[in-house]
Amino acid sequence: MMAGITALLKMMASSARDLAPIVVVVGFFQLAVLQQPLPDIWGLAGGVLLVLMGLTLFMQGLDLALFPLGESMAGAFANKGSLFWILTFAFALGFGTTAAEPSLTAVAAEAARIAAEGNVVENTEAARAEYALLLRLTVAISVGIALLVGVIRILKGWPVQYLIISGYASVVVLTFFAPENIVGIAYDAGGVTTSTITVPLVTALGVGLAHVIKGRNPMIDGFGLIAFASLTPMIFVMAFGMLWAAL
Amino acid sequence: MVEFLLQFGHTLLSTILDVSPIVIILFGFQLFVIRQPIKRLKQIIIGMIYVILGLALFLLGLEKALFPLGEVMAQQLTDPAFIHGDGPIPEIAYWKDYLWVYAFAAAIGFATTIAEPSLIAVAIKASEVSGGAISVWGLRIAVAIGVAVGVSLGAFRIVTGLPLPWFIISGYIVVIIQTFFASKMIVPLAYDSGGVTTSTVTVPLVAALGLGLASTIPGRSALIDGFGLIAFASLFPIISVLAYAQITAFMDARLAARKDSPEASIPHRTKGETS
Repeated sequence: MMAGITALLKMMASSARDLAPIVVVVGFFQLAVLQQPLPDIWGLAGGVLLVLMGLTLFMQGLDLALFPLGESMAGAFANKGSLFWILTFAFALGFGTTAAEPSLTAVAAEAARIAAEGNVVENTEAARAEYALLLRLTVAISVGIALLVGVIRILKGWPVQYLIISGYASVVVLTFFAPENIVGIAYDAGGVTTSTITVPLVTALGVGLAHVIKGRNPMIDGFGLIAFASLTPMIFVMAFGMLWAAL
Repeated sequence: MVEFLLQFGHTLLSTILDVSPIVIILFGFQLFVIRQPIKRLKQIIIGMIYVILGLALFLLGLEKALFPLGEVMAQQLTDPAFIHGDGPIPEIAYWKDYLWVYAFAAAIGFATTIAEPSLIAVAIKASEVSGGAISVWGLRIAVAIGVAVGVSLGAFRIVTGLPLPWFIISGYIVVIIQTFFASKMIVPLAYDSGGVTTSTVTVPLVAALGLGLASTIPGRSALIDGFGLIAFASLFPIISVLAYAQITAFMDARLAARKDSPEASIPHRTKGETS
């Protein structure tokens, strides 16, 4: 019992260290730069306490569930030896987690508003909703494809930089042709797709795959899946903007 | 208390909804494709409950306390009354008037990145896989510095109204040059660190800053110029992580050279003194 409490306190302390910079920054700017009192100090302290408990629990769950789950899935698929199923799994994981991502929903709604103001979309509720939905599906498909290509890359042992640099080149080329109002959204779409639960799972999956496949190095081949998932949405969203403008 | 429980219930429900596609996909494939019993099923279910509860508490705390304050601060710092004092408000924004905004952008970018749970996860994994060669805190600080520089530069871009693609494309060129010189080991991890930085904690605060800036600066449209900060926050960590690896490799090499051949460095020094 004592050992459990000490371990818990240790984890809380490590979470507190993770959160300290935010508290310091917010406190400094509020008190020293803006020179205003902290509003509702008890509410603030309660909020920080909740964040602290949440982070501690999450880190526990990471070790108990997310990492082992990603690794055991990688092992199971490698044992099964079916290329079709592992690729289907990679696509489903990317598509499924992104389609439901709340920050993407927010960005897509925002993008629909911009498009409506730029007269790209009819300014009605229905037209905006349709645009936002199509945009979300585009991003979800792009993340699905990213994980699919990323897994093929791990299996084949292709160096990550050639793929990523070609991706960059596509982004640059598309930037010149895509409608101006979609570029900012497209660039941001790359960042919003990777959520707190997806990242550890996908990382464990990649590292696990590189671990069980002969001749792959987990460091060189295992990482890189997230990089694909944040690059392809930029390409697909700009392509979506061009298609929408053309049709 | 009742209000708190209601709020918590609401956050918990939305977290469960967010997690459900992942759970369905994982268990669906496990049941229908892999068709093997899951090892340590009990442990994984308990862990999943921890993850969901933890994330719900984390989000609730952020939403109740830190986000509202951060958003108000972003608004106040970008408020013309704060920036120009009692003086007249110029028609064209002058970038030097916004130094506190850049400082805030850098500080909040750094601080939120340190607290980002997905980055902690990737750092733990990277340290484990590299056998400790990459330290958890080294990677996290390198990424946080990248986000700090990125968000700060992104704020500068909004103030000056320079085109977003210029910055992003120049960033790409720097990444490509660094890739050629970096060790093969670090490149995939560095590319990954671009994507992991921007999730739960960083995005809402950084987006609030962008929208606050774009809506108060004359000539900027909140809808068009408010976007783009996330792109900065996901590009610059790649540069800083590659740089971190290069600096560590350089230091190690120098240290090793000194240790291996103490004589070799002495003639070098005397040469320098005589000239």
